[in-house]
Amino acid sequence: MSPVIKRKGERFTLPSKYLLLILTILCTLLMLITFGTDVFNRPLNSVVGYVVVPFQQGIARVGGWLSNRSEELVQIRTLLDENAALKEEVARLTEENTLLQQDKYELNNLRELMELSEQYGEYEKVGARIIARDSGNWYTSFIIDKGSDSGFMVDMNVIAGGGLVGRITSVGPNWSRVTSIISDNSNVSGMTLSTEDNLIVSGDLKLMADNCITFSQLVDSRNLVAEGDKVVTSNISDKFLPNILIGYISSIDKDANNLTKSGLITPAVDFEHLEEVLVITDMKQTVTSE
Amino acid sequence: MLRKFVVTIFVIAGFCIQCSVFGSFAFAGIIPNLMIILTSSFGFMRGEKEGLIIGFFCGLLNDICFGGFLGFYALVLMYIGYINGKFCRIFYPEDIKLPIALIITSDLSYGIICYILLFMLRGRFRFAYYFSHVILPEALYTIVVTMFLYPLILKVNEKLEAHEKRRAQKFV
Repeated sequence: MSPVIKRKGERFTLPSKYLLLILTILCTLLMLITFGTDVFNRPLNSVVGYVVVPFQQGIARVGGWLSNRSEELVQIRTLLDENAALKEEVARLTEENTLLQQDKYELNNLRELMELSEQYGEYEKVGARIIARDSGNWYTSFIIDKGSDSGFMVDMNVIAGGGLVGRITSVGPNWSRVTSIISDNSNVSGMTLSTEDNLIVSGDLKLMADNCITFSQLVDSRNLVAEGDKVVTSNISDKFLPNILIGYISSIDKDANNLTKSGLITPAVDFEHLEEVLVITDMKQTVTSE
Repeated sequence: MLRKFVVTIFVIAGFCIQCSVFGSFAFAGIIPNLMIILTSSFGFMRGEKEGLIIGFFCGLLNDICFGGFLGFYALVLMYIGYINGKFCRIFYPEDIKLPIALIITSDLSYGIICYILLFMLRGRFRFAYYFSHVILPEALYTIVVTMFLYPLILKVNEKLEAHEKRRAQKFV
């Protein structure tokens, strides 16, 4: 008799192999459906937002507090020395600042004269705190503690310390996932600041320990790009806003095809000690349409 | 009912700890896989069905938070839980060798499956590098964590089983 048929007076239980089959089909369907669309993202992301994120926020807060306390103890001595040095520097910088203020005043006047507006206005930014990192070891993404309630949307750019961190790839009501540019599945269209040559910046798991990312397809026919050059996001990227610093070229090699070059970039952001990030709430589309 | 509640707490707490706390305890950027420990230990302690259900939900949580699309980790972890459940018949709580062997095998196969489906298919062919720098360290670290976590899971499971037995007797 088939094990699925229900006998009288017996509670119905599904044998595990049938359950396995049903869930396998369900998973396959889910993969097929969510590969192209994101119909389930909204409800499931909200569930996670209420179930998991509060715990993660709590843990992150306690962890941050503990690491801050331990760091404080270690650093008090160095801070005292640093304080003295900084005071001297403040005096020096104030002097320099007044000079620069004068220069700036002059520059503004000249700009007005030439009717030059700044090429890229200040982007709107919102700060957020990292509360969880990727649970696996293959990709590098993390979760921040703000989401669609703060107006975040998928594909918004994330920066920290003046450099590009990545972009938002999924949002829930009170959390969003940021895929970083050092993740193995990330590609960013960039350009060298000095020569405005385009290149593709990709993350690589193998180089993550060396704190490096790779670039490729740099067409540098005039041989002007050198090590140490700044790489910024290009203006032809459809996801990233232009002119955000990615990093500095640390090595450069000619490809086998003799046309393009590839090499390594040291990112401007220290991804290992990242705690707070800034999310740019301007999207690429709205910037270009202006 | 109590079992469902306790296991849910275990899964959520495990997931939160894995991505929040272990991030700061990472050795060379490698974090252990608590989801594998939970899935596989409930699998061989309680049987195929519980293993596959817990695996499915552990994986789904991972999919929603960190996966590109839903269902991938859920599928992998579900099968790992199911296969571990096959060993329920030869599992004795006193024996520590079988759990350790099963968890390390599960984690290694999880790593290899992830490598093949997420990396090899995108043209990253240096398996030896990924094996020695990601898969193996993760398995070893997971085993170290198992030494602390497994006795806790075992104890909680024994308590739950005793509780269930008492309730069943009350009915008779």
